[in-house]
Amino acid sequence: MSRITSPASSRMQTLARNPVMIALVMTLALAGCKSKNSLPNNANDLGLNGANGAGAATPGSAQDFTVNVGDRIFFDTDSTAIRADAAQTLDRQAQWLAQYPNYAITVEGHADERGTREYNLALGARRAAAAKNYLVSKGVPAQRLKTISYGKEKPVAVCDDISCWSQNRRAVTVLGGAGL
Amino acid sequence: MMKLMFKRIVMAVAVVVVAISSANAAVRIVINGGRAEPLPIAISDFMSNGNLGAQISAVVAADLQRSGLFAPIDKNAFIEKISNPDQQPRFEDWKAINAQALVTGRVTQEGDGRLRAEFRLWDTFGGSQMTGQQFFTQPENWRRVAHIIADAIYKQITGEDGYFDTRVVFVSESGPKTDRKRQLAIMDQDGFNVRTLTSSKDIVLTPRFSPSKQEITYMSFENNQPRVYLLQLETGQREMVGNFPGMTFSPRFSPDGQRVIMSLQQEGNANIYTMDLRSRTTTRLTSTAAIDTSPSYAPDGNRIVFESDRGGKQQLYVMNADGSGQTRISFGDGSYSTPVWSPRGDLIAFTKQSGGKFSIGVMKPDGSGERILTTGFHNEGPTWAPNGRVLMFFRQAAGAGGPQLYSIDLTGYNEQVIKTPAFASDPAWSPLLE
Repeated sequence: MSRITSPASSRMQTLARNPVMIALVMTLALAGCKSKNSLPNNANDLGLNGANGAGAATPGSAQDFTVNVGDRIFFDTDSTAIRADAAQTLDRQAQWLAQYPNYAITVEGHADERGTREYNLALGARRAAAAKNYLVSKGVPAQRLKTISYGKEKPVAVCDDISCWSQNRRAVTVLGGAGL
Repeated sequence: MMKLMFKRIVMAVAVVVVAISSANAAVRIVINGGRAEPLPIAISDFMSNGNLGAQISAVVAADLQRSGLFAPIDKNAFIEKISNPDQQPRFEDWKAINAQALVTGRVTQEGDGRLRAEFRLWDTFGGSQMTGQQFFTQPENWRRVAHIIADAIYKQITGEDGYFDTRVVFVSESGPKTDRKRQLAIMDQDGFNVRTLTSSKDIVLTPRFSPSKQEITYMSFENNQPRVYLLQLETGQREMVGNFPGMTFSPRFSPDGQRVIMSLQQEGNANIYTMDLRSRTTTRLTSTAAIDTSPSYAPDGNRIVFESDRGGKQQLYVMNADGSGQTRISFGDGSYSTPVWSPRGDLIAFTKQSGGKFSIGVMKPDGSGERILTTGFHNEGPTWAPNGRVLMFFRQAAGAGGPQLYSIDLTGYNEQVIKTPAFASDPAWSPLLE
């Protein structure tokens, strides 16, 4: 016959306490409340995928901005440089924002999926900052502009090739919206 | 090369009464890299009223099998039926089926309702008991007892600490990619007992365990303010870390659990800061017009590895804990990110992007000895088991709807999927629970 060694008392206590911990974890509730945007902030919210054609929007509306001005610009892979086509869009945005000075604006920066999560958060922020700085250089007051990065967490196009990735590398100018 | 080695050891625990001649040696696996022939081991059903004993044995066997170092033998092949786990088994019967080691045990209920689980590990060819231990717990913790027993067997035979009595916190992902819901979730390392820790209202990312407390640091977009948070697992209490004037992200604890190190985004640049959780003082460690992120402390707390694109592409850098001596360590093709220092201190794991592929690899802290463990369409975000032998990461195959968790041995062998109820990313391994 052989004898069983004594157990470590600390481990026994840990085991005994464990169900209490689990129960408390389960009670975790989130009290925070997302602030409501007063204006819809993307094309999907506006129902632009279907019947509404360009020009149908009320001048000065968010729909007007999205459809007739263009709310987003795109970037090359791993780049934050404002391309020529993007500069044209931002020029139109700056003009429109000068015409309708009551909107506060958030520039959302995004990255495609072909990067790591942490880096893409920073890359999205860098793109948002590039777009913001361009708008400021075109006369939009800096205090009207906030930025936020969603990294690669909010793609608009879903596939596993370059046609989608190029649409996801973007900065979206959102009227109202929430940012920093 | 890993090989079986028979070697005399002094039995520190467990009194062996029936000495079997001079063959009192111990079966042992020596882990020193390379592919292992798994050790054949017989894990008999623990004696119990009902099937709890068999369930515990099954969890022990599954843990050992998943480690890749053990090959549990099919119970149908057993010759001896263990009826009294206190009695010395008939070693000949176990040698006949090539069981190098045998586990016997018993589960009983104490008068106060607690479970008492006891096991013995036998060296069949040496003809001796290697160890015997017992544990008491509440009945609902039976899986933990099984993991603790598996750790004890692993340690006895390999000489290294196990990693089975651990948990993994991760991001549980559901819904379409264009409207993905993300929740923090926690589970046992084998994928059981999954529980969500946050609602799906806000994007949550990169949870990391405290090395010393039941605490997690993570990033949340709560109130559209992307910031680093702390979450106390025992109370559910949450708090924002610091009061920074911009997005904070990519948090990790210091090895003593007293500081959180993270990135602060300002305009186009991210720099690395620490916050002391007691004094609430913050210290800036990097100051470049670049993206410096994914900081991870060495286990001694003296150095920090991080990624930076200051040289153009993302590369790995090491600096002293005060931010001095920033030195690039990665020089291969492609870019390197998400470095994580091994709990043993000997290696740094990373994600590498090269040629359109994403790999998980390891290198020494001076940048030498780079080894790629797995390569594919998208592998990202390694985390170390507390014994520094196994890594977990997330993978998304081309065309897949979302990511899944995988584990892989440090040797690059024994890749295993960890099944989760939903898509899963950003795994972070806990220390041994003890």
